[in-house]
Amino acid sequence: MAKILMKGNEAIGEAAIRAGCLNYFAYPITPQSEVAEYLSKRMPEAGGVFLQGESEVAVGYMIFGAAGCGQRVFTTSSSPGVSLMSEAISYIAGAQCPAVFVNIIRGGPGLGGILPSQGDYFQSVKGGGHGDYRLLVMAPASVQEAVEMMMMAFPLAEKYRNPVMILGDGLIGQMMEPVEFPDHLKSEPTNKDAWASNGMDTRGSDKQNLVKSLYLDPQQLNDHNLLLKSKYEQMKKEEIRFEPYNTDGDYRVLIVSFGTMSRVCRTAIDNLKEEGIEVGMIRPRTLFPFPESAIYDAAVKDSCTSVLSIEMNMGQMVEDVERCIRGQRPVRWYGKCGGEVPTPEEIMDLVKEYV
Amino acid sequence: MAKGKTFQKPEALTDNHTHYCPGCTHGVIHRLVAECIDELGIRGRTVGIAPVGCAVLAYNYFNCDFQEAAHGRAPAMATGIKRVRPDLMVFTYQGDGDLASIGMSEIIHAANRGEKFTTIFVNNAVYGMTGGQMAPTTMPGQRTTTSPLGRNTDETGMPVRMAELLSSLVTTGYITRQAVLKPKYINRAKKAIKQAFTYQMEGRCFSLVEVISTCPTNWGMTPLDAIRWAEDTLLPYYKLGDYKTPEQSSGNE
Ligand SMILES: Cc1ncc(C[n+]2csc(CCOP(=O)(O)OP(=O)(O)O)c2C)c(N)n1
Ligand code: SF4
Ligand SMILES: [Mg+2]
Repeated sequence: MAKILMKGNEAIGEAAIRAGCLNYFAYPITPQSEVAEYLSKRMPEAGGVFLQGESEVAVGYMIFGAAGCGQRVFTTSSSPGVSLMSEAISYIAGAQCPAVFVNIIRGGPGLGGILPSQGDYFQSVKGGGHGDYRLLVMAPASVQEAVEMMMMAFPLAEKYRNPVMILGDGLIGQMMEPVEFPDHLKSEPTNKDAWASNGMDTRGSDKQNLVKSLYLDPQQLNDHNLLLKSKYEQMKKEEIRFEPYNTDGDYRVLIVSFGTMSRVCRTAIDNLKEEGIEVGMIRPRTLFPFPESAIYDAAVKDSCTSVLSIEMNMGQMVEDVERCIRGQRPVRWYGKCGGEVPTPEEIMDLVKEYV
Repeated sequence: MAKGKTFQKPEALTDNHTHYCPGCTHGVIHRLVAECIDELGIRGRTVGIAPVGCAVLAYNYFNCDFQEAAHGRAPAMATGIKRVRPDLMVFTYQGDGDLASIGMSEIIHAANRGEKFTTIFVNNAVYGMTGGQMAPTTMPGQRTTTSPLGRNTDETGMPVRMAELLSSLVTTGYITRQAVLKPKYINRAKKAIKQAFTYQMEGRCFSLVEVISTCPTNWGMTPLDAIRWAEDTLLPYYKLGDYKTPEQSSGNE
């Protein structure tokens, strides 16, 4: 298929349809309302379901209900909306239902601002809702990658029976870029008859399927949490994705950066190369599971003397970077938020302080 | 009913013993819902949604697919199911704290969109499960664990009448208030539940059956006194009857 020029938010909507997801519930919020606007027209054309819910709280549970009966379903929102959905996300993870959430992050806390941010790293990676659960979190750095991650998200959600979060920022959502859509996914959710409340007749069974997160017995709840934990451990073995950049040769500084921020870092790294300064980068494509050993290995290279975690927030991922590096190299954070994105020049100046 | 047997358990109920207190009317309402499911032959395509409240374990007593909602969110979950699988029969089973307090927004919007599921709304004028705190439906002067001197309506307003409130929506729907205090009420309540399911089967409208119920434990009464109190105190304020049918589109009766 030929490349077409498309806005990130619309491409995300189209990618879901191509991933075989014909059910979308959402509530408008800048900077991602274009997804709902696009799908309000496109879903009915594709024979799917579009519904604008009354709040993100309700939308979270519409997703839960639809996912609980075994249908592919997704929503998109931005930070304050995702906070409201976090209650449902916890229940969905607890009840082990597959669903896809897209957060096109805007600045916070509170009403914050409407410009791009990476301030929801903690919320997505450490759990915005209550209890011991994890989301599989993917962070695209381009519209094309957002499309590819959307296509991967549904089968992954079904593989683990766990919500998957695509964490973008306002730039990914608003940017126009050429995209090429992969072929429509043929795979259907396969294991749903084993657990989904899709009606006994649908699966020709006389056994009740129950979608729930309540385990009043302490032993049972502990066992349930151990089962969830084992899925998160499996994700750590099988789903880590990252992109190394300029890490083959020697470098003095290693940058860790994701999403839109990593694109700016890439430009800085290219410019520094021309000046004869080598900088490597690890770009996590999954934020959970986190590319821990890739970051460690890249940081402890003999030539590397310091590590920079560059983020569009006040220093969130840096805590994970420090954790991976286990004190082997100094780790520093640099970042801005509120919609200001650090420039390549700023990053170049910063790197020069360390070489 | 099979010949020679005088009493049978509906197929839509399991053999599990319920955890409800003696004299609690939740059990009666479960049975009515189950009988209607059996009589309409819809068990294999029914999905129930359990609330957070005393009926949180309803899925242990109903023999059909079930989902368990968060507190108050059952109507949003039912919306999710019904939109993606309109062929399924979906009912929510919710208490008055669940539906009229924390879940007020979800029920109003689901009703207003005319979502084609059925809500069984069990109004016992109190938060049963958490130990008898005041609900939006608690009567003026009624003592609860958070209104120990009796509900003060100057501070907390008057009890919410959900059937009246929902029937004021312009969207078509079936909204009725019933009770399960005595056999005469129980028979009518069953008819209403069956009617609600029938409207859903026909894909016609949202339906809500409010059921005036008892909570002897948290009212601090014997089961018999609880029934008397409900008849004397609740029924004059929560008047029984159909508030709206799909035949008449809007307005109170
Ligand atoms: C978000 C949230 N808030 C509070 C609770 C605690 N809680 C559980 S049940 C309940 C009230 C239930 O009362 P009602 O809906 O009237 O049901 P009943 O027990 O009377 O049948 C409350 C407040 C909860 N589980 N979740
Ligand atoms: S506390 Fe009240 S509502 Fe709950 S089971 Fe006991 S009597 Fe029924
Ligand atoms: Mg109650």
